[in-house]
Amino acid sequence: MSAHAANRTAGKASRFRSAAKKIVRSKYLYLMLLPALLYYLIFCYYPMYGAQIAFRDFNPIQGYLGSEWVGFKYFLQFFRSEYFFRLIRNTIGISLYDILVGFPAPILLALMINEMKSKAFKKSVQTIVYLPHFISTVVVVGMMMSFLSPGTGIINQLLVACGGESIHFFAQPQWFKTIYVFSGVWQGAGWGSIVYLAALTGIDPTLYEAAIVDGASRWKRLLHITLPSIIPTIMIMLILRMGSIFNVGYEKIMLMYNPAIYETSDVISTYVYRRGLQGGEFSFSTAVGLFNSVINFIVIITFNKISRKVSDVALW
Amino acid sequence: MKIKESPGERLFNLVIILILTIICILVVYPLLYVISGSFSDPIALMRGEVQLFPVDFTLEMYRMVFRNPEIWPSYGNTIYYTVFGTLINLFFTICAAYPLSRPDMFGRNVFTAVFVFTMFFSGGMIPSYLLVRDLHMLNTVWALVLPGAISTYNMIVMRTFFQTTIPGELVESAQLDGYNDIQIFWRIVLPLSKPILAVMALFYSVGHWNSWFSALLYISDRSKYPLQMILREILIQSNTSEMAGGNISDQEIVGEGIKYATMVVATLPIMCFYPFLQKYFVKGVMIGAIKG
Repeated sequence: MSAHAANRTAGKASRFRSAAKKIVRSKYLYLMLLPALLYYLIFCYYPMYGAQIAFRDFNPIQGYLGSEWVGFKYFLQFFRSEYFFRLIRNTIGISLYDILVGFPAPILLALMINEMKSKAFKKSVQTIVYLPHFISTVVVVGMMMSFLSPGTGIINQLLVACGGESIHFFAQPQWFKTIYVFSGVWQGAGWGSIVYLAALTGIDPTLYEAAIVDGASRWKRLLHITLPSIIPTIMIMLILRMGSIFNVGYEKIMLMYNPAIYETSDVISTYVYRRGLQGGEFSFSTAVGLFNSVINFIVIITFNKISRKVSDVALW
Repeated sequence: MKIKESPGERLFNLVIILILTIICILVVYPLLYVISGSFSDPIALMRGEVQLFPVDFTLEMYRMVFRNPEIWPSYGNTIYYTVFGTLINLFFTICAAYPLSRPDMFGRNVFTAVFVFTMFFSGGMIPSYLLVRDLHMLNTVWALVLPGAISTYNMIVMRTFFQTTIPGELVESAQLDGYNDIQIFWRIVLPLSKPILAVMALFYSVGHWNSWFSALLYISDRSKYPLQMILREILIQSNTSEMAGGNISDQEIVGEGIKYATMVVATLPIMCFYPFLQKYFVKGVMIGAIKG
């Protein structure tokens, strides 16, 4: 950047010339970047341009610019619809439940694995807990449906054997969030712990040696050395997680839900899919989706700002 | 430094070992149950007699799964989509990651910002669908491999790898030898980057193998369905009657067994590779974690 600073004193023309020279020097790098740039422009930025149909009565024949401009009509229609409150409540509810249970799980797991001295035991635990990450969502949801099925599922057989009553888990709205969150922990906690384990291996061992000399117990060492050392990692992961609070795993929800439990399981993205791609209401569902994207963006910026103020840790 | 542990610390140790063991059992048991269920007699399965090991061992369920005329073609489709898609992913990700890793590239911060912005904001499902439709990619392999050609997160991980492991002097001396940047990448950087390429190939291919939603959006021709779409019908929508044959009560009895066998068939390839590839997966997450 010092070359850049020197240029500032020179005239505009020479700055332009030096920039041009740098561009020429990087021409092969630009050539290499071109496919990636095209990818981002076509598949990421063009859809953002296309999102303007949220403000128009989109008609494929007239195209994006030819369709009539209707302003916030579809947004208002969404805000006034009977589903608006339910969708927001479910989206945030599922996310918060997931953060409450799913966020601490990998941290606790990593701390426990880190406390183990036997390498072989450590390695076996890691191999086992990472495994479910690689099973597809379709299979995981299929497993849950089989295990929880009212007649033949092993969970219900167990309930009945213990003198309880068989529960039709996938038909009762109050069970949806719990099944969603805990199956997510089962599948993802192990994999999620890797990030924290990586941070834990970076701790200076002399800190522990000094603490041992001072007579700190293992519990105290955990509390005063290990935990504070991974706080920055925890903060980054928390910003990311809180930032996607409006961004729930709708692919999994779409596999799990059915009209009987829409009450607790329908979220913004699944609604967009049903109204837009199944119902063909492109403008309305784009408006709903755009509302979701904007809220998402605002939330992540806000959490990044808060975190920068409070803990000096930020994404950018 | 070896210090004798106090009774309290030994208890601490024992409690953690106990908890971790219970966690491992909770993770493994459902998987074992699926495998045992798939090899068990469906009547024993329905009566709840299967607990850990197969009861009345039989391969009948697998015979029924293989009778499904759509499983094998969709398996083939998935292999094709996975291999082709991963190659596309690698090409595009490298094209973004390498130039952005070079400190001497003019304007790289601008490009990085433009690319990273897409991680936090998107046009949404419907505009993307309309784009794929307008490009006439519906019902083609392109719809499954191009829209997600770059995972920006993976791209950043790869860029970090290039920045931290390729010495700048190596690039400079190659420049003095008259190599252009593409030659430098091809002859010098690429041979040094096999570990990251392996990691990325693994991340992307697992993603393709397990993906179903883009097929739901973009593929309506059944002969082009990937495996996960067929699985969805069997496992989630319970379409097992065609495989089971016979009358309705028979179908109900074997239905669960067929599902378990299908899960095993669909997950087997990944589970076979997993132990050998585990260290690469972990390495990839580690590189990402360094950047934070």
